[in-house]
Amino acid sequence: MSTFVREMRGAYAFVERNINLMKRYWGWEVVWLIYSLTNALAITYIGNGMGMISGQEIDTQYVVTYLLVGALIWQYLVVIFYAISEMIAWERWEGTIEYTFMAPVSRPTHLVGTTLFAIGYGIVRTLAILGIVVAFFRLNLGGANIIGTILMLLAGSVSFVGLGILAAVLPLLYPERGAQMTNAVAAILLLISGVYYPIESLPAWLQVVAKASPATYVIKGMRACLLEGRSTVELLPTALTLVGIGLGVIALGLFIFRYVERYAKRMGRLKRSG
Amino acid sequence: MRTTALEVERVRKVFVRKDSAKKRRRLRTKKKKEEVVALKDIDLTVERGEVFGVLGPNGSGKSTLIRLVSTLLLPDSGSLRVFGHDVEHDSFAVKRMINRVSVDAAFFKKFSPIENLLYAARLYGLDAGEAKVKMREIMKRLGLKEETFNNPMEHMSRGMQQKVAVARGFLTSPILLLLDEPTTGLDPHSKRDVQAFVREIRETHDATVLLTTHDMDEADRLCDRIAIIDEGRIVALDTPEGLKRLVPSQNGDKTTMEDVFIELTGRSFEEAEAEEES
Repeated sequence: MSTFVREMRGAYAFVERNINLMKRYWGWEVVWLIYSLTNALAITYIGNGMGMISGQEIDTQYVVTYLLVGALIWQYLVVIFYAISEMIAWERWEGTIEYTFMAPVSRPTHLVGTTLFAIGYGIVRTLAILGIVVAFFRLNLGGANIIGTILMLLAGSVSFVGLGILAAVLPLLYPERGAQMTNAVAAILLLISGVYYPIESLPAWLQVVAKASPATYVIKGMRACLLEGRSTVELLPTALTLVGIGLGVIALGLFIFRYVERYAKRMGRLKRSG
Repeated sequence: MRTTALEVERVRKVFVRKDSAKKRRRLRTKKKKEEVVALKDIDLTVERGEVFGVLGPNGSGKSTLIRLVSTLLLPDSGSLRVFGHDVEHDSFAVKRMINRVSVDAAFFKKFSPIENLLYAARLYGLDAGEAKVKMREIMKRLGLKEETFNNPMEHMSRGMQQKVAVARGFLTSPILLLLDEPTTGLDPHSKRDVQAFVREIRETHDATVLLTTHDMDEADRLCDRIAIIDEGRIVALDTPEGLKRLVPSQNGDKTTMEDVFIELTGRSFEEAEAEEES
């Protein structure tokens, strides 16, 4: 049997496992979808009520779409980020971590499987929320560049896979509280990446930090596609740069993960918790 | 020519444990961290096809040894080789040759046995169709009823879960099977089923078994050779009969492995366990 076939079977193990987990915990999936949907609606309603809050005439449709884009992209990126970062935490909680780590499956294969599921799941979920919110606010996305939007979303996914790997190191290092620590990483990204406001509204020093976040460029590019109808060709350099940065972050993530996995084996931290 | 399945050379493993403020007060020490030596420069060799037992009380270092061979821990010094492959530096090759059954049957509890075993089979690169046939055969052989194969594991008894764990361990046809107290906590019937299966593996397959246990009768009945381990050291290593010959029989009774343990360590198994737990 070729190494490629064996590795592909290994990668599919994680896809199938996650689909099975989703089926078994379907109640949780419904709750989370309701939470994400109401969250997106609540944020978008801020745009709807902005005219009333300020007492000035504003382009409500533009502000609503601006915030909706932020809410949707954030939902998608968070799904990717958590799916990767939880690849350790979930197995630790179920107690299967030792069995997965002693199986002859490489860490990149482990990651490929987890990522394939996360991207598919994230896209389906985001489209479901988009459909409901667009119907709710009767938004007109007629002039939007949908192909460019998907391109930016996929280009941004690469970076978030890398950030997810870096965050997955935390549950490996801290068996009890590592999973919760990944929330702090997500919160920092939310603050600095201009999800709901232009990064120019941040203090000068935070703007410098914002420029280091790949999410800043993904969100900016997607807004350009949806709000201004910017062409795909114009966005191609940004998308390629994002993929390049993403691959760099993945390589860094894998390097650090390998180092920390070795440290965890040295210290005896590959154990179940829960 | 005999082939060596496992070579353990001068392996030492130390864990650093954080002590609570209460324990520090009790021990009248200011040291926040304590070093616990789990294995103290141990050496052993297991030949291909052997059922090799490691017998010792809880906390004696048995599970640490198994987790080192499983590539889940790295030794502080010394080396371990599985069929000539170094566990630390050639871990991928080692992983393909081994599988393990541990005392806690760790599974995705909401999944059925079939789903759990299929996940394991895919991780080892097995064809799903062939794996499904094989897993059913093994589970039936272990006495599991077919109607339970698709039920969630959380609805199964501890004994049944442990049998699924044994099936997972053997599904990938490991040439070195690591059994870490596989029968602890099982009812006598389940215990007999698992022990019979281990004997069958030995007779019908070209597999080497490293078995840790604190059940002296189990070690006596299943193993070709036994290493008695206490406080991270191997205090004796021989065949069950050879070990018993070390201790003269008293009052005409047959020497048991318990007599051997008391003779070699100067304390009973229960005393050794109580000391380790404190």
